[in-house]
Amino acid sequence: MIEIKNLTKEFQTADGTVEALRDVNLNIQDGDIYGIIGMSGAGKSTLVRCINMLERPTRGQVFIDGQDIAKLTDKELRAVRRDVTMIFQGFNLLMQRTCLKNICFPLELAGMEKEKAKKRALELLDVVGLPDKANAYPAQLSGGQQQRIAIARALATDPKVLLCDEATSALDPKTTHAILELIRDINRRLGITVIIITHQMSVVEEICSRVAILDSGSVVEEGVVSEVFSSPKSGAAKRLVFPDGADEILEEVPGERRIRVVFSGAVASREPLIAKMAMEEQITASILGASTKSIGDKAYGNMLLGLPDDDGVVKRAIQYLSSIPDVLVEEVTGDVR
Amino acid sequence: MFDKLFSPETIEETLRILQTEIPLACWETVYVTILATAFAVIIGLPLGVLLVVGEKDGVRPLPKGVMHVLNVIINLLRSVPFLILMIMVFPLTRLIVGTAVGTVASIVPLVIAAFPFVARLVEGSLREVNPNIIEMAQSMGASPFQIIMKVLIPESVPSLISNFTIAITTILGYSAMSGIIGGGGLGKIAINYGYYRYKYLVMLIAVVLLIVLVQIFQSVGTRLSVKSDKRLKGK
Repeated sequence: MIEIKNLTKEFQTADGTVEALRDVNLNIQDGDIYGIIGMSGAGKSTLVRCINMLERPTRGQVFIDGQDIAKLTDKELRAVRRDVTMIFQGFNLLMQRTCLKNICFPLELAGMEKEKAKKRALELLDVVGLPDKANAYPAQLSGGQQQRIAIARALATDPKVLLCDEATSALDPKTTHAILELIRDINRRLGITVIIITHQMSVVEEICSRVAILDSGSVVEEGVVSEVFSSPKSGAAKRLVFPDGADEILEEVPGERRIRVVFSGAVASREPLIAKMAMEEQITASILGASTKSIGDKAYGNMLLGLPDDDGVVKRAIQYLSSIPDVLVEEVTGDVR
Repeated sequence: MFDKLFSPETIEETLRILQTEIPLACWETVYVTILATAFAVIIGLPLGVLLVVGEKDGVRPLPKGVMHVLNVIINLLRSVPFLILMIMVFPLTRLIVGTAVGTVASIVPLVIAAFPFVARLVEGSLREVNPNIIEMAQSMGASPFQIIMKVLIPESVPSLISNFTIAITTILGYSAMSGIIGGGGLGKIAINYGYYRYKYLVMLIAVVLLIVLVQIFQSVGTRLSVKSDKRLKGK
């Protein structure tokens, strides 16, 4: 388990002290896929770097399995870093090494003998689905493939925790989806705790079980993903859930219920979803706001629907829409503004 | 002064000098240059590494005073003109080689003049390494020494090769000056025949040969650098 207690990080700049993180408290259970989401500058990257002490907290503690890692010597900390590995937005592969040698890198650092390391690296190439790229150089691979190699490298030392720092931000939605699938698969098969730093709602919705929303260095909301996103309370959460300001355009109408439909790679059928629901279920929904895009034949994004204030209707609508694969539906309660 | 440059007697005399002295001179220039570069790299590479890793935000910060002294020494040595440096290091040369004149002796001032230059070139190469990659290595538990040996140096090999090529061509130029203190090579031929005895054709040919050598070093270096760079696709 990872416990972050009263974590504060300050940076000294020419203009004085900047507080990147303020009194952050989080508990992350073993085996979770935990999302930390926030706009850029919210302090996400600093937070994740405090978990492996790439950044030293100004105040507060980070416990990994009960061990206060700020108190470790440099040598002990290096050992911990083999248990808490990291993947990055820019992949950060060694460009002058082959993929196989890149995966061997952390094993070399740990002093494993060459043949053994090579065998392990070959296994990992299989795990990430690139068994034929052993002797290719990173520059010969696509972004998605490079991230797969980076994931294999991060898994080489059999870590307990995988930190993902905007790991999919440089990738297109389709590749993002594939990489997230891989991460989920790794989490399930190997039981590795995953911490995902992102500014993309869709990433959190797709694979995280719990989420913390970070705004100007503080955690403003924390909890189970579906709960946090279906009834966002803080301003920061609302901005994330309704990025295009759907909430700002619309007045609260009495007697109207709202549901949010999230597409995370649903196959966009030729039939219009809302019209079909009206015909088959006799439910008339108004589209209050939508931000969707299609990539290939798949739809990504979300939609805010207005429904009549009737429990039965809302329930049927949610049932109808949830029956479509890769579509997530939740009722939005409270004042969405 | 160039009126008798191509008279039959001049050409005949030049050919004789070429046959007897040029092969040895070429060889002397090449081996002095290569040896001096090798020593300059042996001293300059670690210093260049220290300049990068020892900084305040470096991989292994060193005390401010140490960095200051290092920078001052490098800057001082780089600001002394080579001609004067050659004379200034006479005592050191005598200590190491036993004599201050001659071809072998000329290697000492060449190394003294070149290693600070090499250190700065290495510094430049290592600074090109993406800091995110260094952070990655730290996140995987790499020690400062492992970062130097497995990340900083290997990742900058193409840049290092092209910078060492700059170093070798510069040292080649310096080695020509060492003809003044009795160092052998093409520089000596140019000075002795061209400057002291007005045999300009010999000087001209020596200069052309120096240019050819620079060209050879440069194109071999460039090719090696490109070939070693795995960032270039489709290789």
